[in-house]
Amino acid sequence: MSLNKRAIVTGGTRGIGRAIVKELAARSCCGVLFSDVAFIYNSCDECAEEIQQEINDPGTKIFAFKADASSFEEAEETVSKAIEKLGGVDILVNNAGITRDNLMLRMTPEDFDTVLNINLRSVFNYTKAVMKHMIKQRYGRIVNIASVVGLIGNPGQANYAASKAGIIGFTKSVARELATRNITVNAIAPGFIETEMTEKLTDQQREILLRNIPMQRFGKPEDVAKVVGFLCSKDADYITGQVINVDGGMVMS
Amino acid sequence: MSLEEKIRDIIVDKLGVTADKVKPDAHFIDDLGADSLDTVELVMAFEEEFNVEIPDDDAQQITTVKSAVEYLSKKAGE
Repeated sequence: MSLNKRAIVTGGTRGIGRAIVKELAARSCCGVLFSDVAFIYNSCDECAEEIQQEINDPGTKIFAFKADASSFEEAEETVSKAIEKLGGVDILVNNAGITRDNLMLRMTPEDFDTVLNINLRSVFNYTKAVMKHMIKQRYGRIVNIASVVGLIGNPGQANYAASKAGIIGFTKSVARELATRNITVNAIAPGFIETEMTEKLTDQQREILLRNIPMQRFGKPEDVAKVVGFLCSKDADYITGQVINVDGGMVMS
Repeated sequence: MSLEEKIRDIIVDKLGVTADKVKPDAHFIDDLGADSLDTVELVMAFEEEFNVEIPDDDAQQITTVKSAVEYLSKKAGE
């Protein structure tokens, strides 16, 4: 029997999610963690294959599932398939997220709903789908990827910020509900990380952002993935209900 | 094993109490030290053991050993 932890990661093919899948699959140092990973993705079939090839480590199994994270039915179905393949689930990373930026004056109700459904509703869907298993085994590590924007807001991102702030409230509530079952629930609030999502920014926007980052640079997906690895490791057993900022000092509370 | 015995065993297992504490009138929360999550887990365990679905409204009525036995024997008879 494999001693690997078993992880499910949503939004696993690109940006931060991709780094998280790799981190969980490869974090074998010091015997801290080493996981089989099932990742959920929505659009990029090539990316899914690519990532499986990139990891290609005999010590770890990687499975890819295509699903719409905002659909509760698909989440239940996907999680049950993933659990079958993995032989159970110890770790859930809710990472799937999109942006539909626009100033509030121009934002359509569809832009709002789409972002809320994919970013926030998906967290409900997947958490709900893995919970019973984690409660039964009296062990679970749930990490939700929020954003500093959920803490301090950002013009043009009312929908995105609302979804990320929602994730933080959700994280704290569920952390309280499940604490006695040895299930920790934490959130990470990344600042500006170099991914496809932030590639869309103009030079001028970057300039302004950098002025607000004490470390004067954007982060890398790996910076976030390492913290996910830590929160899922034994070293973080006593941490729950927290929001950890990975933002180069942008937000200090 | 009778239905009562099966229910008793599940309660013993889920709530970590001794079998002699599982009297008909025993209330899961007040007498057997269950928290709200325990009672949900208990209902989930009943569903699994007896292969039935217990709607939330019904689940909220199952608060004592007796009510569990009554509910589940009725379900079993359906």
